[in-house]
Amino acid sequence: MAYTASEILEGLAEIVAEETGLPTDAVASEKSFTDDLDIDSLSMMTIVTHAEDKFGVRIPDDEVKNLTTVGDAVSFIEGAQA
Amino acid sequence: MTASRDVVVTGLGATTPLAGDAPSTWAAALAGQSGARTMDNDWSEKYEIPVTFAATIKVDPSEVLPRPEIKRMDPSAQYAMIAAREAWQDAGAPEVDGERLGAVVSSGIGGIWTTLDGWDVLRERGARRVLPMTVPMLMPNSPVAYVSLEFGAQAGAHSLVSACASGAEAIGYGIDMIRNGRADVVVCGGTEATIHPMPIAAFCASRTLSLRNDDPAGASRPYDVDRDGFVIGEGAAVLVLESAEHAAARGARVYAKLSGVGLSSDAYHITSPDPDGKGQVAAMRRALADAGVEGRDVVHINAHATSTKVGDLTETRSIRTVLGSETDHVRLSATKSMTGHLLGGAGALETLFAVKAVHERLAPPTINVAQPDPELQVPLVRDTPAQLPDGDIAAINNSFGFGGHNVALVVTNA
Repeated sequence: MAYTASEILEGLAEIVAEETGLPTDAVASEKSFTDDLDIDSLSMMTIVTHAEDKFGVRIPDDEVKNLTTVGDAVSFIEGAQA
Repeated sequence: MTASRDVVVTGLGATTPLAGDAPSTWAAALAGQSGARTMDNDWSEKYEIPVTFAATIKVDPSEVLPRPEIKRMDPSAQYAMIAAREAWQDAGAPEVDGERLGAVVSSGIGGIWTTLDGWDVLRERGARRVLPMTVPMLMPNSPVAYVSLEFGAQAGAHSLVSACASGAEAIGYGIDMIRNGRADVVVCGGTEATIHPMPIAAFCASRTLSLRNDDPAGASRPYDVDRDGFVIGEGAAVLVLESAEHAAARGARVYAKLSGVGLSSDAYHITSPDPDGKGQVAAMRRALADAGVEGRDVVHINAHATSTKVGDLTETRSIRTVLGSETDHVRLSATKSMTGHLLGGAGALETLFAVKAVHERLAPPTINVAQPDPELQVPLVRDTPAQLPDGDIAAINNSFGFGGHNVALVVTNA
């Protein structure tokens, strides 16, 4: 069964919060991973690895650079489930 | 007489099997407490590991460090950071140009939890599941890298690996950095987090661990006729070293001076010490000469003394070779009887103990010596602390490691 966009956002927020120590409600759709959440490339790859696990999707390395905001990641994961 | 490039100790920090900080660790040691306890795991059943106890860390790092740090650091780096932050605060968080601040923190083994966890993940779930932080977590310079980041230490960040002498060698290198003018302040020490079933199984295979499962607190018994090996421990100790000039200029509280470093290598056998103690003797002689200290000034020695028969007695013979008849007024302490053996952390913790001993003029006890080995050649502090004399005094910390590494450090009163 596919996750809805809001379930993905919620799950992603938990992963990001675990990695960064930020509260989950700081992880909103419009936030930029690098500019707003201060996530470096290693942390980003860690988040990608956990997100792949959680949502059962594959996020290719080439795609990661296109995921600027949390919303981008949610959309990509939502689409990749199909 | 204090010269400007003399090296003084201005900060102490530790997280150990006895306590989560340096003052409580020292108090527990003076009280003769043991940090060894039965482990809370199923390793014995699951892997047929014959040892069921260890000197595990007293305070869980997750109670002290923020969650993201716990996730990004191997336990060996977590312990180092806890100890380093305490030492830095204890030193009064000295204002120092980053270019004049060094960091030297060693681990004997490195991030073995991370290494082995990564291997498990790879085998069970494949390469894509191995986390990207794995390399910076497993590398043995990870603890010092984090310490250098924490304080902005740009004079150099180093991790010297010499097995169970690593922590002492780190401090020796820190002394050199100050003496040769590369730094004014150095944060230095040792850390280890090796209480994992694989290294424990490996130490068991080499028959070096005590198997006294029914009495963990009584298991580490250096110099006792009934000793049967060492107790594996974990934790970290970190010292802030400073040039005497720099410490004086900012009015820092000074615990003691680190006056001499002696290094040698046995080049004899990969695990056994040279039975003549040649390397140990050379290290102690070099340290005393470096410090300009006479045998009669040495009133205390924190011995390496892991609680193995060959190691403990070789060391006391070496001490007598170096000090001759002056040995009779030395108070020898074997603090691994209480802390267990912190491997790469041991030399740093025992230097911290030697600094405290000189500062407070109290030699910590050696516990669990019901019947001293008759071949023991140095007067032993047993059960309760021993007073050290007034006036100018010196203490030696000895640390030796597999591979034939010998490090002796001389501590004198400030």
